[in-house]
Amino acid sequence: MNSRGFAFSATVLACGALFGFGLSLATMIQPEVVLSFLRFDDLGLLLVLCAATGTTLLVYQLAPRLLRRPLFAQAFRLRPDETMRRTLGGAALFGVGWGLSGVCPGPAIAGLGAGNWPLLWCVGGMLAGAYVQGRWFSGKRD
Amino acid sequence: MIDTYFPLGMQHYLAGGLLIGLAVSALYLGTGLVGGMSSVFSTVWSWFSRCPGFQREDFLRSRNWRLLFAAGLVLGAALWRYGLGNPVPVTEIPVPYLLIGGFIAGFGARLGNGCTSGHGICGVASLNLLSLLAVLVFLGVAIITAQLVRGLGL
Repeated sequence: MNSRGFAFSATVLACGALFGFGLSLATMIQPEVVLSFLRFDDLGLLLVLCAATGTTLLVYQLAPRLLRRPLFAQAFRLRPDETMRRTLGGAALFGVGWGLSGVCPGPAIAGLGAGNWPLLWCVGGMLAGAYVQGRWFSGKRD
Repeated sequence: MIDTYFPLGMQHYLAGGLLIGLAVSALYLGTGLVGGMSSVFSTVWSWFSRCPGFQREDFLRSRNWRLLFAAGLVLGAALWRYGLGNPVPVTEIPVPYLLIGGFIAGFGARLGNGCTSGHGICGVASLNLLSLLAVLVFLGVAIITAQLVRGLGL
């Protein structure tokens, strides 16, 4: 691995760690806290989402205008365009699963690092759900 | 009012959210990558399944960094819990909720190509209208689901 490749990988790992640390500080790795938002007992999750999205919005919008390219890669990427029906159908299903468990993918993964072991059930469920989705929709991208 | 809507205070939510935003921002500045978390659950299958649904060029190209990013999440949370000694209560949500909820959330996130971080943070920050709609849909459905579960005493 050359030095640029190392810097790239180290950046990915360090940013992941900061993400996991932030999720932990915000108590999002505790499904009870997420459910207390969905039940309107504590609206904290909105603050987390707004602070995270606001910060990212600034950087996503400014970086490509101010920098020619990222520090350790060739180009800034974009989220791929998607079709409305699949996106919103998937979002609705995701909402059902999220509302049942209080766990979404990031906290499920991060929670393991904090020893919140029952979240392994969620990680297993998500892996299985992603597998079934990939098998059913293989070949038909949209 | 703050006590009513934020009985545990606001500071840790804002600070945690800021760190998450900085993490996603630094990833973009350093590598140009846009990182939602749900994709890793599909891309890992590309190592084990020959199914064309997983042997997609974009999965093969991104699976390494996505796994590394997920490993980072584990590392960061471990640092919080074990490095700094902060308590993280073990969840008491019953296993069927975790397993079935996880399955449906995993299926749905991959069908809709995004979750709370992918559509919620990255998509909205990209000013993607469809992502904003997705966020409104999954927030609404999750709220209804969670209220129903409590209302029915399940």
